[in-house]
Amino acid sequence: MPSGEPLFTFDDVSLITDGQTRLDDVDLAIPDRAITVIVGASGSGKSSLLRLCNRLEAPTRGVVRFRGEDLAALDVHAHRRRVGMLFQRPIPFAGTVRQNLRVAAADLTDDEGAALLERVTLDGSFLERPADRLSGGEAQRMCLARSLATDPDVLLADEATSSLDPEATRRLEELAAKLRDDGIAVLWVTQEPEQIDRIADHAVRVTAGKVGLA
Amino acid sequence: MNGDVTVVGLLASLLLIGVAVGISRWQRLGLEGSILVAVGRATGQLLLVGLGLGLVLADDAPLVWSWLWVLGIVVFAAVTIQRRAPAIPGLFRVALTGEVLTAVLSFAVIFGLSIFPLEARTLVPVAGMILGNALSAAVLAARRLVEEFTDKRDELEARLALGCSVPDASRPYLRVVLRTAMTPQIESTKAVGLVFLPGAMTGLVLAGVDPLDAVMVQLALMLLILGGVATVSTVVTLGAGRRLFTPDERLVPLLREAEGGS
Repeated sequence: MPSGEPLFTFDDVSLITDGQTRLDDVDLAIPDRAITVIVGASGSGKSSLLRLCNRLEAPTRGVVRFRGEDLAALDVHAHRRRVGMLFQRPIPFAGTVRQNLRVAAADLTDDEGAALLERVTLDGSFLERPADRLSGGEAQRMCLARSLATDPDVLLADEATSSLDPEATRRLEELAAKLRDDGIAVLWVTQEPEQIDRIADHAVRVTAGKVGLA
Repeated sequence: MNGDVTVVGLLASLLLIGVAVGISRWQRLGLEGSILVAVGRATGQLLLVGLGLGLVLADDAPLVWSWLWVLGIVVFAAVTIQRRAPAIPGLFRVALTGEVLTAVLSFAVIFGLSIFPLEARTLVPVAGMILGNALSAAVLAARRLVEEFTDKRDELEARLALGCSVPDASRPYLRVVLRTAMTPQIESTKAVGLVFLPGAMTGLVLAGVDPLDAVMVQLALMLLILGGVATVSTVVTLGAGRRLFTPDERLVPLLREAEGGS
């Protein structure tokens, strides 16, 4: 792979769902191994952009490429495991943190689980804890650990700090920077332009389904 | 008693309907119209069924009329299931498959093992009981499926986003749906005789049949009904559950408001 090849490329991509145009003729290249912050108002289409990257949506028109390959031609399970996703609110599954991690990696050992939790600044004792009894910040970091259990190349964060307090937000931003330093590209969707200054290597603004530089 | 009900007797049974309407007006429940429509529809439908059954069960009527009656039940059940959960794409075919499979398996046991003789007198009522109960379970499964997939959409998408296959991602939620669909029949099977006397047995006893003979008939039917409920619930839950995902493993949009009323 030549250096500098974009991670994701959007070629004339439009997305229409429920009769509404979410994205309109988007041409965009997202760089690899960097934090790209995608900023925009509520309903502007920025989350749709992210969901297209994980194939939770398919473009109505145009092509989304991952490292040059048409996403539609890739194995959907393998692709989703390479492209982890954090959602707006933490989404713990029923059961313990260990069981949550094993949804992503069925053969995960306790040592591997503890190492994953350590990466997100939770200690190994959390493995036993019921996932639905964690605080908002802990739950979101557990969800991040769960996404990292598939050993992804990319992390998609869809307003992942919008339901967190300032301290938990700061921790998650630091984790995003650390992941970038570890070679994991991060696409960070937010409504808060200040996050561009705090963590962005690149920034994109989405307005009414159209994309421009932030 | 020989089980005959006169027109006067039937009208007398309306007395309690009057009580129900009175309570509705007194408590301002607004159910008077629904109660009267329900009574009217039940009367009309059962009279029509009675007339139809009279033709189908006549001594000189060929058995094919009974099979056509059963076919009508199967198709009507599938249409009803589809109408009660229109948010599920292609539910009619799934429901039809479930009802046909339930009918085939039940008839194979009932008539193949000679539990009852294959004749119009047994075929039509047995089909009605088994497929009717299967219909209730299938409607419950389909509606619960829409609710569960709407309420848990975030969790389902989070599982898909982790690279889980559709069967793996949906399994925990389909289990809930299956339990919901099968539990009423399991509970009524547990309580049978203690809390209520089931329809076939009650009918036979009212018609003057020996209670122990009536119990044997009812037991055979209840076990087959339970099997039928399990069959149709499984087919509808798994079949319809798969139809809530696109071929490339995305969740289809689901609007619970789009569901049909009861």
